[in-house]
Amino acid sequence: MGTGLGVGTAVLYLSLIVLIPLAAVVWRAGGQGIGYVWQAIRTPDSWAALELTLVASVIVALVNVVMGTVIAWVLVRDRFPGKAIVDMLIDLPFALPTIVAGLVLLALYGANSPLHVNLAYSEAGVVVALLFVTLPFVVRTVQPVLLELDRDMEQAAYSLGAGQWVTFRRIILPNLAPAMLSGAGLAFTRSIAEFGSTVLISGNIPFKTQVAAVNVAGRIESDNLTGAAAVSTALLLVAFVVLIMLDLVQRWAGRRD
Amino acid sequence: MAIEVCDVNKSFGTTPVLRDVSVDISSGSLTALLGPSGGGKSTLLRIIAGLEVPDSGTVVISGVDATRLSPQRRNVGFVFQHYAAFKHLTVYRNVAFGLEVRKRPKAEVRRRVHELLELVHLEQMADRYPAQLSGGQRQRMALARALAVEPEVLLLDEPFGALDAQVRKELRTWLRRLHDEVHVTTVFVTHDQEEAMDVADEIVVLANGAVEQVGSPDEIYDNPANPFVMSFLGPVTNLAGHLVRPHDIDVSATERSGGTAAAVTRIVRLGFEVRIEMRIDEQDVWAQLTRGTADSLGIEPGDTVYLRPSPHAKRLASPGSGRPVQEPAG
Repeated sequence: MGTGLGVGTAVLYLSLIVLIPLAAVVWRAGGQGIGYVWQAIRTPDSWAALELTLVASVIVALVNVVMGTVIAWVLVRDRFPGKAIVDMLIDLPFALPTIVAGLVLLALYGANSPLHVNLAYSEAGVVVALLFVTLPFVVRTVQPVLLELDRDMEQAAYSLGAGQWVTFRRIILPNLAPAMLSGAGLAFTRSIAEFGSTVLISGNIPFKTQVAAVNVAGRIESDNLTGAAAVSTALLLVAFVVLIMLDLVQRWAGRRD
Repeated sequence: MAIEVCDVNKSFGTTPVLRDVSVDISSGSLTALLGPSGGGKSTLLRIIAGLEVPDSGTVVISGVDATRLSPQRRNVGFVFQHYAAFKHLTVYRNVAFGLEVRKRPKAEVRRRVHELLELVHLEQMADRYPAQLSGGQRQRMALARALAVEPEVLLLDEPFGALDAQVRKELRTWLRRLHDEVHVTTVFVTHDQEEAMDVADEIVVLANGAVEQVGSPDEIYDNPANPFVMSFLGPVTNLAGHLVRPHDIDVSATERSGGTAAAVTRIVRLGFEVRIEMRIDEQDVWAQLTRGTADSLGIEPGDTVYLRPSPHAKRLASPGSGRPVQEPAG
């Protein structure tokens, strides 16, 4: 009985929470034909918003995959006072309401920046906000893999004559790569959907700093539900493709087992 | 000498792990570092490999002072208990790793790797990943990988420790044969005295961070330097204040000169071997006899027998006053 009930519950829940709402969005967008969806996406302001969102998200994923891995490395391999506190702080962007994050960033990098770095109403502001929000993804996916990594492998490489850099590149990195990719993928998909943290610092200037999620909200406010659904579908599609690619990479990495 | 370890000391925190350890290992030998866990034998092996740095003392490998050399520059092959296989590389690439790092020409790498895979009987497995191999196969791959770079010395840290009993026996016979073929100076760590005696030419007994005795398996078994070595190398029992090997006790059903009377409590028949458990004044003692000898005695539990050490028996005054000496584990 257990299995049938379990599968049933899972499918029902997944349908109610994920599949039906997503299908509704796609249905809503496609109600007036594929041509209309494409047109709605190609509206100059939506297209600009999508472009900014995707470019910023790629940059964010690339930067955070490097920085997140470095932070995970330091947290796993180095000892320093206050390590437990730093480890806890990593999750703060997860825990904080994103609008609060936006407020903090605006206070820090806004027009009255105490650091004299004014990123308000600029694309760079959007990128910084997204960097902040998505950092935990890479750290938290790489960290456990690094913890589990067999240190004997590195020592074996040393005794076979490999230096630290060669050992890192040829032994450690390939073992971390699947986790890094998956963290980067999560950071990317989270970035393309981000609203709260970017909305304050970006100023939502159409054609300049307006991100896709804000563009969708704008369309809803001006009663263009179908247009909003069309842009949403575009985001959905991108996210879906990225998730599929991630899954393929994981399977490819898993072939060794 | 292939390896000269001189006055090495090493502590982890405040715990001393090695105390003034000096060991010489001759070229081409197959040496076992034998001792109970926590005795410092793995640490000594890792110091020879350069994976640990001694607090004081020197390590000389093939006449070169290697004490401050990095593991990369010692030209030492190291085999780990848990294989340390490069999980993301095929068997072929694992074995080729050391040669690729040394930037040897591709053709030479290919030739050498195939040679080694043949040596360890893994030629069919070249394209597999380590996860697709059994434990014994993984360890053979690790051995081929370590041998690929033609190391001055081959170091193995409990190489069979993670394998089941059957495979362990096979692999140690195989290691012995491999050593006879390859002749590389080999040092392996084990806590299993039978494994050490089976495989090694020379045994270094290490306990509590100090060398207890060095010698051939026969020397160490027949002439243990102290009660610890005697009881670690094989079974012992206590007869009249002395440690004696149970197979060195003569059992007689009739009284005779120099014999100690003992009451038989139990007779255990293990096929060829028969163990006779007895008591002398509240103290347990046991003797190991062949089945034929035991049968000809015709004794039963409750009988009184007379014991004395056989003429050439090695005896050591037992430590403390009649404290029972524990048999070694494993």
